[in-house]
Amino acid sequence: MITLSDVHKSFGPNRVLCGINLSIAKGESLVIIGGSGTGKSVLLKCILGLVRPDKGIITLDGQDVTRADRDAFLARFGMLFQGGALFDSLRVWENVAFSLLRGRAALPADQAREIAIEKLRRVGLKPATADMFPAELSGGMQKRVGLARAIAAEPEVIFFDEPTTGLDPIMAGVINALIREIVVEMGATAMTITHDMTSVRAIADKVAMLHDGLIRWSGPVGDLDSTPDPYVQQFIHGRAQGPIESVR
Amino acid sequence: MIGTLQNGLAAIGRPALDGLAAIGRITLFAFSVVSHLLRPPFYPREFLTALVQIGWFSLPMVGLTALFTGGALALQIYSGGSRFNAEAVVPSIVAIGMARELGPVLGGLMVAARVASSIAAEIGTMKVTEQIDALVTLSTNPLKYLAVPRVLAATLAVPVLVAIGDSIGIMGGWLVGITRLDFNSAVYIANTVDFLEFWDVASGLVKGAVFGFIVALMGCYFGMNSGRGAQGVGAATKSAVVAASIMILAANYLLTEAFFTS
Ligand SMILES: Nc1ncnc2c1ncn2[C@@H]1O[C@H](COP(=O)(O)OP(=O)(O)O)[C@@H](O)[C@H]1O
Ligand SMILES: [Mg+2]
Repeated sequence: MITLSDVHKSFGPNRVLCGINLSIAKGESLVIIGGSGTGKSVLLKCILGLVRPDKGIITLDGQDVTRADRDAFLARFGMLFQGGALFDSLRVWENVAFSLLRGRAALPADQAREIAIEKLRRVGLKPATADMFPAELSGGMQKRVGLARAIAAEPEVIFFDEPTTGLDPIMAGVINALIREIVVEMGATAMTITHDMTSVRAIADKVAMLHDGLIRWSGPVGDLDSTPDPYVQQFIHGRAQGPIESVR
Repeated sequence: MIGTLQNGLAAIGRPALDGLAAIGRITLFAFSVVSHLLRPPFYPREFLTALVQIGWFSLPMVGLTALFTGGALALQIYSGGSRFNAEAVVPSIVAIGMARELGPVLGGLMVAARVASSIAAEIGTMKVTEQIDALVTLSTNPLKYLAVPRVLAATLAVPVLVAIGDSIGIMGGWLVGITRLDFNSAVYIANTVDFLEFWDVASGLVKGAVFGFIVALMGCYFGMNSGRGAQGVGAATKSAVVAASIMILAANYLLTEAFFTS
């Protein structure tokens, strides 16, 4: 269970988050939607402690995340970054197995490699990619390696920042199904950022829309189409006209 | 008129204040790097990679720098010495000059240009592409994983580079001495060996270690604090080289003061 209460974050004069209140139950899949630059990535980074909120409290299972033991806390999380964020000095399999090869419960290299290849297969990549370097892969393939790395240690909570951006529709479908499967089978809690309405419907239990630094709307995915909220309606139908200014 | 003057002064004063604040942050950064040196986890593979990158691949550059410097030094000392009929001091002054000053300082500056820039650019790129954030989420301390191995490698490798540079520089002086200045090879070598003291060489090596530490520290610091985008990485790289060079020269003065005035 993750809760955010009254979370604020500004970068200089740029007020990005202005009082976010949100909660995600264990084993739930929350999808965050909202225009580009509204602070969705910043929101995830605040929870992970990569960005320090100016104000507000974030808790995991009732405990303030800033007080928790960092290593134990982070070990429960997996994150797919928007740009992949693969380590370009390491081979693909070493990226995927990064956390398996290190730390107290470090696995031997050949065993970690096997797990990495299995995770790569799950995101639709052939074993031959394991020995390549990230720079040799296309953007969509890098994204999938990032996804494999995020799920490699089988974390309890997984954050996906635009998992299907840059993928073809078929691969996007595969990834959507994979995320759903991770939530259902592994019982993981997932928080996904996406602009892709197909993804939203495939992945989400619950949807939250971020606009102007606030959670504009949140509710079960089933209520998404019937909500009268004009912001949500404009967003899900991709209309240029509406309360959300299209020139920003 | 006054306005322009004020603006001009402000343009100098603001960076000066920022510079002082940066020195404070760099000092704190240095302390945390040192404090992590002895605490596990250790990353031997990153350390070895850094050692090869910083030590081995800098050899040709340091060698060439020393060779030309030693040669030029011999010519200068010969022409300067001839004013006092003291041409015979060439071998010993070349050796002392290389070992105490030029070997470590020029070696350090060349390494600053090559290594501080590449470390800053690499770590800066990792920062702007969120790789540093990714390290954190994978329960790895970026300071330990990126900075500690590089700083340790540079601190150990640069003295060795300096020792090699000293030898090649002295050889450059000898080469010029016997080919251009009519020195007898055996006499030149005997003079070099007889007058060079242990501390002449050792002080240069200590300087080398300090300069190596400074170079890697600056590369890591500016890389990890890189601004956003390609421009941020470019600025970080430039700052790392400038800061490392100035700090090397300042540290050189302070160390010389400490070692050779009594
Ligand atoms: N490290 C940072 N420094 C300064 N500004 C930032 C930083 N990270 C994000 N921002 C700003 O915060 C805003 C939200 O960014 P982001 O969360 O990446 O948007 P998105 O919703 O598209 O993921 C943007 O205006 C961006 O410029
Ligand atoms: Mg984003």
